[in-house]
Amino acid sequence: MGNNVSGFKIIYRKEVRIMTKPQTISVTAPAEEEFPKEKYDELEQFIDGMETTKGALIEILHKAQGIFGYLPRDVQLFIARKLGIPGAEVFGVVSFYSYFTTKPRGKHTISVCMGTACYVRGADKILEKMKEKLGIESNEITEDGLFTLKDVRCIGACGLAPVVMVDDKVFGRVKVEEVDDILNQYRK
Amino acid sequence: MEKMRMNVLICSGTGCMASESEKVIKNLEAIIKARGFANEVEVVKTGCFGFCEQGPIVKIEPDNVFYVRVGPKDAKEIVDEHIVKGRRVERLLYKDPKENKPISRQEDMQFYKKQLRVALRNCGFINPEDIYEYIAAGGYEALGKALLEMTRDEVIEEIKASGLRGRGGGGFPTGLKWEITKKQESEVKFIICNADEGDPGAFMDRSILEGDPHSVIEAMAIGAYAIGADKGIIYIRAEYPLAISRLTTALKQAREAGLLGKRIFDTDFNFDIDIKYGAGAFVCGEETALINSCEGKRGEPNYKPPYPAQEGYWGHPTCVNNVETFANIPVIITKGAQWFASIGTEKSKGTKVFALAGKINNVGLVEVPMGVTLREIIYGIGGGIQGGRKFKAIQTGGPSGGVLTEKDLDAQIDYDSLLAVGSMMGSGGMIVMDETDNMVDIAKFYLEFTMDESCGRCTPCRIGTKRMYELLNKITSKKGTMADIDALKQLAYMIKDGSLCGLGQTAPNPVISTMKHFWNEYMDIIKDVDHPQGEGRYVPKNKIGMKS
Ligand SMILES: Cc1cc2nc3c(=O)[nH]c(=O)nc-3n(C[C@H](O)[C@H](O)[C@H](O)COP(=O)(O)O)c2cc1C
Ligand code: FES
Repeated sequence: MGNNVSGFKIIYRKEVRIMTKPQTISVTAPAEEEFPKEKYDELEQFIDGMETTKGALIEILHKAQGIFGYLPRDVQLFIARKLGIPGAEVFGVVSFYSYFTTKPRGKHTISVCMGTACYVRGADKILEKMKEKLGIESNEITEDGLFTLKDVRCIGACGLAPVVMVDDKVFGRVKVEEVDDILNQYRK
Repeated sequence: MEKMRMNVLICSGTGCMASESEKVIKNLEAIIKARGFANEVEVVKTGCFGFCEQGPIVKIEPDNVFYVRVGPKDAKEIVDEHIVKGRRVERLLYKDPKENKPISRQEDMQFYKKQLRVALRNCGFINPEDIYEYIAAGGYEALGKALLEMTRDEVIEEIKASGLRGRGGGGFPTGLKWEITKKQESEVKFIICNADEGDPGAFMDRSILEGDPHSVIEAMAIGAYAIGADKGIIYIRAEYPLAISRLTTALKQAREAGLLGKRIFDTDFNFDIDIKYGAGAFVCGEETALINSCEGKRGEPNYKPPYPAQEGYWGHPTCVNNVETFANIPVIITKGAQWFASIGTEKSKGTKVFALAGKINNVGLVEVPMGVTLREIIYGIGGGIQGGRKFKAIQTGGPSGGVLTEKDLDAQIDYDSLLAVGSMMGSGGMIVMDETDNMVDIAKFYLEFTMDESCGRCTPCRIGTKRMYELLNKITSKKGTMADIDALKQLAYMIKDGSLCGLGQTAPNPVISTMKHFWNEYMDIIKDVDHPQGEGRYVPKNKIGMKS
């Protein structure tokens, strides 16, 4: 497989997993998504339009995540080549910051606030309930691809603690019993 | 512009937006227009009023009536009753929980009585997206005064004389930091605003940036003039979209008005500001890590010295200050150091903003003069503990701080007294816990946070916090022994002494302080209290915490 993106030969390969502990690899692991050339073009234009790329890696990654939704290996390599830096340097930065993700996200992202204000008002119980209802852990995506579950630190609505955010909508003073209602609004 | 007969101020900070203040705004505007008052009554979106527990808040000026918990459906009644007929909507007034009577004036509420708003002076008064409202409130006067009437040294002297200390946690005297940076010989210098606000559950800096972004921009310009920089950076968390958008608007307006850019106030002072985004790493609030992150690298801290003031952004002298520190600067310049120094205690001048949260009745943002007691904050401003339960502890200083209990409630709030009682000022998070909270769980919660956020650069912090967490986990699942308690303590002191940056050096604090104040709660879940294998009272013998 190969795809010529604006002069850069991008080789699509399955992600090489470095295993530190035994893990179950699902047989039907989806092949890495192929992105349309326009997306790469948009990113390239953004980079070309910058006054200087010195020190701009994080900004570029923010942009790339905005365009692609996440930062798969190919996108990281594209950026590395474009900036003339080693891929490892890009990966080093991507893996350092929790805001960047290398996995695709579900259609809706559920963020359960686990900031201190929410924690003391019972956010841990909400998170547990979410995990139970969705059958996934944090930072995982449900089988149907509908939800990604995340625990985040303070989304700034501490007055409404405990808080759950689905995409951009904030649910305040959430009770454990309400978890189902919230999910059903997005299930249809 | 037409003269407005009435202003309807409504909070549009993140907290109130989350409870649909945007819809309230839309409805108010639509109904006002439908009633034909569009050119007499203006709806003004302001920053945070602070009383987040009661949000969304709507305040009607000049009548000085304060409505709380206003929903989209209440808009009609406010317009038809108050604006059209001049009758207050009793139903939406704040009710004093003690006397159960409605209060309409902000000044009469227990929550506001003891507060003094300096850094938050414009939050909840002006529209943060309109530079002219800021200017009308005296904005950019201080910059003009500094550039036209004061030398660089005079500005620094003024800040030094005010006694202002850094509000980001360290409490380093701001004037002195500016002086040190000014003295560095370098063609290129930078001034950075630290808006990374990592303490979960704290939202002081965000509220200032959302409610009054120009005050920070103005202060950065003043600081840049004083230290000799022509370039500024605001490093802000990507998780603060609203603050980012307000800042971007404010920067654009300031440039258009000639308050940023070349030859500001027709002097030869040039200055502009860039925004850099964080990407979700607590350690990036530490100044050297922040600078690495600004350079697009992994946000790992460096060993100090050299301090950023000596070698910072791309190796140039760099002054890093916190958002709230900056927000105090313009008033110090306009009202004078004397005025500022008259507020507060001997060694801590001015006011401090706290984000009050947890099991307290009035969650919100409060600004008090230094020197008030914790008791006044919890029982006065905070309105006591939720559900009439008993107070148990208050955590100040976020994950780096410690818990304080009933007996410390009369401690004055300032940098030194809080340290003396075993906690710290920190950046301003205050989490109140009641009798139903388990303190070992709380300690574990904070430790999990620091463990997650440890950047991994130094071993004591990276591995130590993980081991401590495992021990705590064992203890909370009731499998722990006295020997584990010993190990936990020993590790705590080792990490404190051996870590590279403030994150590791303070990470064990919540464990140490909960052990000190709530030893019983640890003992309650220890298996072998009666026949211990350890002593449970490890004391560090020498500096690096090893038994010699
Ligand atoms: C782990 C860690 C996190 C920090 N987080 C912040 C922060 O979120 N905001 C902040 O202003 N300062 C933070 N600081 C303090 C900064 O290093 C620095 O002292 C401060 O920005 C200086 O500004 P000031 O003198 O105005 O307080 C943090 C320090 C450490 C060690
Ligand atoms: S701690 Fe949850 S919104 Fe602040």
